Amino acid sequence: MHLDVLDQELMCSGHVGCPGCGATIAMRFFLKALGEKTVMVLPACCWSVIAGPYPQSTLKIPVIHSAFETGGATASGVRAALDMRGDKDTTVVTWAGDGGTFDIGFQALSGAVERNEDFIYVCYDNEAYMNTGIQRSSSTPYGAWTTTTPGTDWKRLRKKNIVEALVAHRIPYAATANIAFPEDLVRKARKAKSIKGSKFLHIFASCPTGWRIPSEMSIKIARMAVQTNIFPLYEVEDGVRYTINYKPREYLVREYFKLQGRFRHLTDQDLDAIQEMVNEDWQLLLRKAGEHA
Amino acid sequence: MKRVLEGSHAVAEAVRLARIQVISAYPITPQTHIVEILSDYCASGKMNARFLRVESEHSCLAALIGAQSTGVRTFTATSSQGLALMHELLHWASGARLPIVMAEVNRALAPGWNIWTDQSDSLAQRDTGWMQFYCEDAQEVLDTMLMAYRLAEMVNLPAMVVLDAFFLSHTYEPVDVPEQEEVDRFLPAYVPEFRLDTAHPFALSPLVAPNAYMEMRREIAAAMDEALERLDSVEEKFAGIFGRRYGAVEAVCCDDADIVLVTSGTVTSTARILLEELRAKGEKIGILKIKLFRPFPVEAIRRALAGAKKIAVVDRNFSFGATGIFAQELRAALCNVPDHPPVFGFIAGLGGRDITTEVLASIVEQTKTADAPPAESIWIGLTEAAYAFGRP
Repeated sequence: MHLDVLDQELMCSGHVGCPGCGATIAMRFFLKALGEKTVMVLPACCWSVIAGPYPQSTLKIPVIHSAFETGGATASGVRAALDMRGDKDTTVVTWAGDGGTFDIGFQALSGAVERNEDFIYVCYDNEAYMNTGIQRSSSTPYGAWTTTTPGTDWKRLRKKNIVEALVAHRIPYAATANIAFPEDLVRKARKAKSIKGSKFLHIFASCPTGWRIPSEMSIKIARMAVQTNIFPLYEVEDGVRYTINYKPREYLVREYFKLQGRFRHLTDQDLDAIQEMVNEDWQLLLRKAGEHA
Repeated sequence: MKRVLEGSHAVAEAVRLARIQVISAYPITPQTHIVEILSDYCASGKMNARFLRVESEHSCLAALIGAQSTGVRTFTATSSQGLALMHELLHWASGARLPIVMAEVNRALAPGWNIWTDQSDSLAQRDTGWMQFYCEDAQEVLDTMLMAYRLAEMVNLPAMVVLDAFFLSHTYEPVDVPEQEEVDRFLPAYVPEFRLDTAHPFALSPLVAPNAYMEMRREIAAAMDEALERLDSVEEKFAGIFGRRYGAVEAVCCDDADIVLVTSGTVTSTARILLEELRAKGEKIGILKIKLFRPFPVEAIRRALAGAKKIAVVDRNFSFGATGIFAQELRAALCNVPDHPPVFGFIAGLGGRDITTEVLASIVEQTKTADAPPAESIWIGLTEAAYAFGRP
């Protein structure tokens, strides 16, 4: 398979990501799609470390590291300054984890997209605070073990639907993407770049360390998240026009869950209940897209 | 041109004249007049600037960090709770060596809700790596804003220009508003030492290991020292064009003074009236106005107080479990000077309570009659009412 992207690598090898890290795969494809006229805001997340310690840098684009909760705000300032300098060609990107997006950075993100700031906000989602050692976030899925939802106290709350929260702001473009679907990811990154205003990309990025999976399973499990309808691939334009990009359901939820140590404790009954939730969410999405099961 | 302006308006005029390109602010009383005028200037085209109407003070300073890193001159204004919310980002700004300038309207911190003047908000940020200038009147506010940009950009450190709530922010005074071309001569277009640029990529504010962090901190310390050294030349240039200068400190009749009142902000103006009255009666009173709080002008203070017999510090702030903050700093500055004069610490005017000439006269009287300063601060003008919570 040939992927129509830059041959040039804007991300260096030798970074300090864990083996099989989905967040690094996401970055590599994303930058190949976007190109070097990109300025990146990196609020605290795994990528704060992966990007390399001073004086090194993993990325061959300008990067500003920022406080955890400031992804939306810092990018707003970068965009405003580029505009004042007459630079309309450079794309401003915030690259944040799920903690920096769903939780601590949600206010600044909501503020920035309400102002329809012209930038792309990317959340690479590994479903917990992985950089600090696997603590639950509001992106952690129902059923998951983390170090702050240990033993029998596993998370019994649903994952926040961040895309719908962004869609509610009626932003020009919001989409999900997945490291196992690079053509789709690259297309969406380019589409986001071509649209003026606030764009949100929610990229599913598996974490072998935190999910308790072998590193060579990283892509397979990310793909299964789509194939089970747990993480559907879709895009929403102007907060209303839904397009579902991938439909066939090839696996049951339990098959995806059984491969991951973080779900090991779940009973068949629990898995049935989760299957029901996934089905319900999928039906809801179909209705929004004007489609039927 | 002379105009009658509020202190807030003086800030806004300085921002216009400094050709700020990105402004961001979140409304809080008593800062609002500053940002209202600037919003108007941006909307009407009187200024060529982007005004980012963010959803919090935290995002406000984050946005300015992004903007200044991209190579433009920036401005914000805040007060009290707003500054407290910015605290984390104050460190980010100085650590990234960004010469952001902020107008800080001194206001008390809650609870209880209190919108009136009190220095506890800005002084609580003393260790964040921001320069701090405390202003006495609207003219000084305008002039200091311009000088703060000049100095901040020389040493790559952010600066806070501090003005008292209402007594200065909302009080109208005649202010000489300079012409644009004069200001352009004093403050040329901003040339950043570094900026986010796709032609020259680098990572700003990355992970820094123990092998380099300490050196970076030392460089911030050195930049503060450099700011103190360069202030004089900045003031010299300013005086050459505009005919006004202020100094890091201003010593009034200190040489022969039996008692020197140490003041900051608008209290200084009140002290000047008292000084005239008492000098007319033959009482040897002096004033040391401390304008520059960070970097703290230790040498200038030692020189100014070399002849003083007693020192009375007026603090419109308090560090719980210790003393007034200017008093602490002053004692630290003098402690290694042999036979330095005793330092009396007075707490007055918290939460906007008026500091009148009578209040200052009482401070002078108490200093005069005491042989030696008590260890604790002397709180002036406390009433009998008990506000003890949870106790019968």
